[in-house]
Amino acid sequence: MSTLLQAKGLIQQYRTAKTFLGKTSTMRAVDGIDLTVREGEILGIVGESGSGKSTLGRLLLGLEPPFAGEILYRGHPMPEPRTPAWRRLRAEMQLIFQDPLSALDRRLTVSAQIGEPLEIHGLAAAGSERDERVAELIAKVGLRQDQAGSYPHELSGGQRQRVVIARALASNPRFLVCDEPVSALDVSIQAQVVNLLRDLQDREGLTMVFISHDLKVVRNICDRVAVMYLGRIVEEASSDAIFSDPRHPYTRALVSSVPKIGAGLHGRIILQGEPPNPAARPSGCAFHPRCRFADADCAATIPELELHDGRLAACRKLRHTLRSAA
Amino acid sequence: MSFVSVRDLKVAFDGVQVLHGINLDVRRGEAVGLVGESGCGKSVTWLAALGLLPGKAKVSGSVTVDGQELIGASPRRIEAVRGAKIAMIFQDPSSALNPVHRVGRQICENLRLHRGLRGDAARTEAIRLMDIVGIPSANTRFDLYPHEFSGGQCQRVLIAMALAGAPDLLIADEPTTALDATIQAQILDLLSNLRRQTGMAMVFISHDLGAVSTVCDRAAVMYAGRIIEANDIKQLFAAPRHPYTRGLFDAIPDLDAGRARLSLIPGTVPDPKRLPQGCAFAPRCARAGDLCREYQPELKEQTSTGLTACFHPIPIGSANRQEVFA
Ligand SMILES: Nc1ncnc2c1ncn2[C@@H]1O[C@H](COP(=O)(O)OP(=O)(O)O)[C@@H](O)[C@H]1O
Ligand SMILES: Nc1ncnc2c1ncn2[C@@H]1O[C@H](COP(=O)(O)OP(=O)(O)O)[C@@H](O)[C@H]1O
Ligand SMILES: [Mg+2]
Ligand SMILES: [Mg+2]
Repeated sequence: MSTLLQAKGLIQQYRTAKTFLGKTSTMRAVDGIDLTVREGEILGIVGESGSGKSTLGRLLLGLEPPFAGEILYRGHPMPEPRTPAWRRLRAEMQLIFQDPLSALDRRLTVSAQIGEPLEIHGLAAAGSERDERVAELIAKVGLRQDQAGSYPHELSGGQRQRVVIARALASNPRFLVCDEPVSALDVSIQAQVVNLLRDLQDREGLTMVFISHDLKVVRNICDRVAVMYLGRIVEEASSDAIFSDPRHPYTRALVSSVPKIGAGLHGRIILQGEPPNPAARPSGCAFHPRCRFADADCAATIPELELHDGRLAACRKLRHTLRSAA
Repeated sequence: MSFVSVRDLKVAFDGVQVLHGINLDVRRGEAVGLVGESGCGKSVTWLAALGLLPGKAKVSGSVTVDGQELIGASPRRIEAVRGAKIAMIFQDPSSALNPVHRVGRQICENLRLHRGLRGDAARTEAIRLMDIVGIPSANTRFDLYPHEFSGGQCQRVLIAMALAGAPDLLIADEPTTALDATIQAQILDLLSNLRRQTGMAMVFISHDLGAVSTVCDRAAVMYAGRIIEANDIKQLFAAPRHPYTRGLFDAIPDLDAGRARLSLIPGTVPDPKRLPQGCAFAPRCARAGDLCREYQPELKEQTSTGLTACFHPIPIGSANRQEVFA
């Protein structure tokens, strides 16, 4: 598989809100990420809220420039935001996010929403050409043609997400970043949308980055998975390897925390401590305060993402003591 | 005898019926799950049972707690029964706390209301409760405000407030839905430990079937304002009899399975204003026949322990979905 997109040394930092003393400081939402997205794959990004998944997604799409590092898309650097070159890339790359209602214009009908990108990117002339293309997109995402005249509030959550997907597909993108695309949907509807995304990826050979905190969905849809903790990737492997044989202590706890039907609470790894806060990043390995294997070394040095037994993980302990999950 | 007994509970808002006769028992000390997709009536069932719905709600049927009837009782009487015996926690912990009052004071307030504790006695007990629910250095955090706590810790504070009344029953409405995976695991663990220690009963409302299966003894599945199946946890998950229950289980991706396409339930949950004739699930059900489209099936005993509301329940021992829907 060839490389579609490559991120090198990505860092993004934001100013924190003013404290009551009127001070601001900066914090890093993404803190040194190298990542390769291969053509035609679905790459999962998992991690808890605040770990920097959405920020990484926006950086990969070039929606905001990184503080440091670079992104190569098909071997070329990402153009500056809002330049003509950048605008041309917009058609090729699309973002689908969690809340379909806020992604849609509530005053526009389904067909107008889907037709809008065709107009913006000059892809289909108004009239029968555009109507045909819209009808095709409506069919592609499994909506009914009679819903073309409906407004967003007249649709269910799952149907709205289908409109968002149709709209994203209108410009014939090659690369999609889906940020929690099914998290707001009920189980039965979630399965419908997950299958739709899989079919689209299959049929059109799309490349996708699929961001989610729902590990079960990621397990089902992704070829490869990167696990994030406080702005860094702590483990990266094939979906099969991550879920059947997680190596990094955080990945192990995360996989173990998913309640399994019929398994009870017995044997689950219950992490101590609070979810990570990027405004107060622990020294060394950011996971060390919650890690049962951590020692003084872990608090001192940031571990690099490197190969241990043929597996990519950022953990000093993997060098000696830890082998595959017991 | 049941501790709580709900009989033929019906609720309508502005002439639209959303609960169609719920029958449910909670015995002392047991944990009962209530599952189903959003809008099926899980929350309304318990809000109605405890007299917590707005005045415009039309409620009928019978709810007894320890033999005392609540439906139609005076608000004071309901409050007396509820306050002494039942506590509730909700999905969004931060909005359930008063932002302008210190956390410790809010717990003390509950101790005063339910146990008549004041001053130092209340403070000591509040700190003990904060300890029990796993808030580190409770002594120093007693005087902090809710915004100084993370989401998981706010949920712990609410659990401490619930415990202040030493309730016989804790109703937990989606208590972990808003929390991250590893924090979710902590709270589930805490709830089952507390139940073991105090012997209180629990109603655990959730759309997360995995979570329900790990903390409950038995569960009821709701669809469109009705309970359509109820059984003990093992049997329910091992051999669901109602096609909706089965469809719901099959739609959840399995962490241990590969990338197989998800099986799904076609269509969406019906609008309570436009319920189909007969079984509300019939339009989405592959097993439905003429009878189902005409008449409402009763919730009836199907095996020694289980109840199912279905004219064509799935035979026991059908191994996979293909077989079931053949
Ligand atoms: N535009 C922004 N300005 C300031 N802070 C931000 C911005 N975007 C994200 N953050 C902060 O960066 C951190 C990572 O956020 P995000 O990428 O949204 O994480 P995730 O998607 O994994 O939940 C969070 O602490 C968040 O508050
Ligand atoms: N205060 C209210 N006013 C009007 N309709 C309501 C109110 N509360 C709930 N409903 C309706 O009752 C039905 C059941 O809701 P609920 O019990 O909250 O579902 P869930 O199973 O998601 O907890 C839904 O159709 C909902 O829209
Ligand atoms: Mg996000
Ligand atoms: Mg609810």
